[in-house]
Amino acid sequence: MEASPGARIREGDCAVLKRGEVFKAVPVLRRRKIIFEKQWFYLDNAIGHIYGTTFEVTNGGNLQPKQEVEETPTETKEAGTDNRNIVDDGKSQKLTHDDIKALKDKGIKGQEIVQQLIENSTTFRDKTEFAQDKYIKKKKKKYEAVITIVKPSTRILSTMYYAREPGKINHLRYDTLAQMLTLGNIHAGNKMIVMETCAGLVLGAVMERMGGYGSIIQMYPGGGPVRAATSCFGFPKPYFDNLHEFPLSKVHSLLSGTFSTETLPSDPEDNALVEEESNGLSEEKQASLQETEEEPATEAAMEINQSEEQDINAEDVEFKENKEKENKENVREKQMKQWERRKKLTETAALLREKNADGLIVASKFHPTPLLLPLLEFVAPSRPFVVYCQYKEPLLECYTKLRERGGVINLKLSETWLRNYQVLPDRSHPKLTMSGGGGYLLSGITVVLDKGKSDSSSLEALKMEEPSPKRCKVQDLHC
Amino acid sequence: MGVSHQPTTVTMSFVEYGDTIKDGDTAIVFLGHESMFPVKVQHGTVTQTKYGVIRHSTDLIGKKYGSKVTCSKGGWVFILHPTPELWTMNLPHRTQILYSTDISIITMMLELKPGSIVCESGTGSGSLSHALIRTVAPTGHLYTVEFHQQRAEKAREEFREHGVDHLVTVTNQDVCKNGFGVSNIADAVFLDIPSPWEAIGHAKSALKAEGGRICSFSPCIEQVQRTCLAMEEYGFTEINTLEILLRVYNVRTISLQIPDLGKAAEDNSGTGFDSSNPSNQGSPGANLQQGTVQFKSGVPLREMVGHTGYLTFATKSLV
Repeated sequence: MEASPGARIREGDCAVLKRGEVFKAVPVLRRRKIIFEKQWFYLDNAIGHIYGTTFEVTNGGNLQPKQEVEETPTETKEAGTDNRNIVDDGKSQKLTHDDIKALKDKGIKGQEIVQQLIENSTTFRDKTEFAQDKYIKKKKKKYEAVITIVKPSTRILSTMYYAREPGKINHLRYDTLAQMLTLGNIHAGNKMIVMETCAGLVLGAVMERMGGYGSIIQMYPGGGPVRAATSCFGFPKPYFDNLHEFPLSKVHSLLSGTFSTETLPSDPEDNALVEEESNGLSEEKQASLQETEEEPATEAAMEINQSEEQDINAEDVEFKENKEKENKENVREKQMKQWERRKKLTETAALLREKNADGLIVASKFHPTPLLLPLLEFVAPSRPFVVYCQYKEPLLECYTKLRERGGVINLKLSETWLRNYQVLPDRSHPKLTMSGGGGYLLSGITVVLDKGKSDSSSLEALKMEEPSPKRCKVQDLHC
Repeated sequence: MGVSHQPTTVTMSFVEYGDTIKDGDTAIVFLGHESMFPVKVQHGTVTQTKYGVIRHSTDLIGKKYGSKVTCSKGGWVFILHPTPELWTMNLPHRTQILYSTDISIITMMLELKPGSIVCESGTGSGSLSHALIRTVAPTGHLYTVEFHQQRAEKAREEFREHGVDHLVTVTNQDVCKNGFGVSNIADAVFLDIPSPWEAIGHAKSALKAEGGRICSFSPCIEQVQRTCLAMEEYGFTEINTLEILLRVYNVRTISLQIPDLGKAAEDNSGTGFDSSNPSNQGSPGANLQQGTVQFKSGVPLREMVGHTGYLTFATKSLV
């Protein structure tokens, strides 16, 4: 079980470092220097500890589980009532930059540095209790280097991506992603279609919610699906058994029925054909390249180590022979891989052709309309679909086109606002800043498409919108 | 884990899609924009709508979910497969309920997924409960506590009708006094009660020893204040209060008039706007000099929900 009680940090895991509200996803590797929040350290000592453990960074970049320390309350509970006599002369701190650096270099613990700063601040005692509290918190944040190692989840990774690399996920804010998962009724047993260009974050979120039950077909543009964020989740292997991918560029041929005859031989074991076509299948080659690139860094690193050892031990001749063997094996392996991939593609095409998917999730950099109209063909009736777009305008058009097409009801264009609060005794208020925008969603439910009446339904759609001619007439009447 | 799931559905359930409408199903009758209601499908039963009668035996049973059903007066409706989201929009209110916008952020921030064990109180009208059950199925479980006996009983009945009773345990007791009735098993706890600070201790003992997540929903900031203090006292970390607001937009084609600056008569094309705009498309002759500019807009609703409640999340850390 992946959520086994008190899961421990293991070598090769994908973990998330947390300091305050800053996250960073890293692979857990021995002897690998990590830089996080202007600090460097090694994760070696963290291995074997339970996820959720907080560590202190000590000299030489070692991690040490943080001991529960009793907060030494500032003995003098002196505090001012207001700041009428506090003047900013820039001289309130008697320790200089160099003094502080010297303390740090001596390896003095952050907590003690903070204490020294307080003692050497001439204004600290005059500050109000609230201001003292704020001062300590600020200094602690700077000098107390504590890092918590947590297990990745959609909550953590979507927050992390939105803060660190919003461009890579089309500015999809985490609360918007949460809406998508709920509106899309994502749950175990679904057969989902996912089309995203959010580094694989949306795919990972869907996989987490399906828990390895059911199937997912990821539609991808270009050479292959991007799953950099997906790999950060650290899903167990079986989760990938029912994850399929299908190139967007073949959607049209699949829908028009030319897919199988045109691009795939009926008998995939026909080697001649496979070789002939391999020239044309540059896409798939790219896909394989990308896959290897995205293999967890652990495996890559381990491979390098192994081959280096071989180099040293092997004699020249043997080495050459090995190389040739390897080459031959490589060719065969490539062929095998290609055959596998083609087989998978045929299977995925068959899955799509059933046109009975339980939902469609779109979150991409592309215009949503040309994606949605064809992809909805693969979805069964009475199933939800959700489209994300960073901008509202394309979704307005998409809404109109869907109304014209018919076969959808309960269309809703929405956005969520997220407001964070500071809650402290006598100091509660909304946080100073909030996110300006986290994108827009268009959602709805599919219904049986009434083909005979498609004309009349499009007429209805037109009627449902506010007809502008009517408005003009009203205006005319007034004149 | 990761077993490929074979759909062995015989009867509909809120946690598994089925294709056709069957006797005993709960289906959603969709009449039009935001107008729908749930119906229990039964042989020989009829349902009245404003478009006329629906006869279950002939009009519903055996039909595909998502079908258009023509009623006796010639009008038509769509019959939809139930989902927790549709249920939230249509359920009989016994209390104030949580809506899908809050539910979605709760589900994600509590890190719920198949297999999660969740504790909830109060059960209320079961709006959140259905969403939680959907997410933790098929291997997780919901322990929900409701101190109002009638409500607890009604919730049990609904879970049975919806084919999810194996995934939920309803307990009729006071969570502030007696807790959740379980200890050290939950991955997450959700509280929607008037005095959540009185239940934080019970929440802590319900959560697994190695930790878990908690969420408390309160409409008033004073409640939040006391809850946060209690959470801190019991050693919860990552305490974070937030509020989520849904903004819905109507899609409209808007036309704005071009003002008459006394120039149009001499120079019709000099307005600076694209002349291909469908201006003057009304009736020719009237108001010749005035055109309009058309565009599509997402217009916010005239009135929207401004506040449901504050959501306070926290983590129970390792001891």
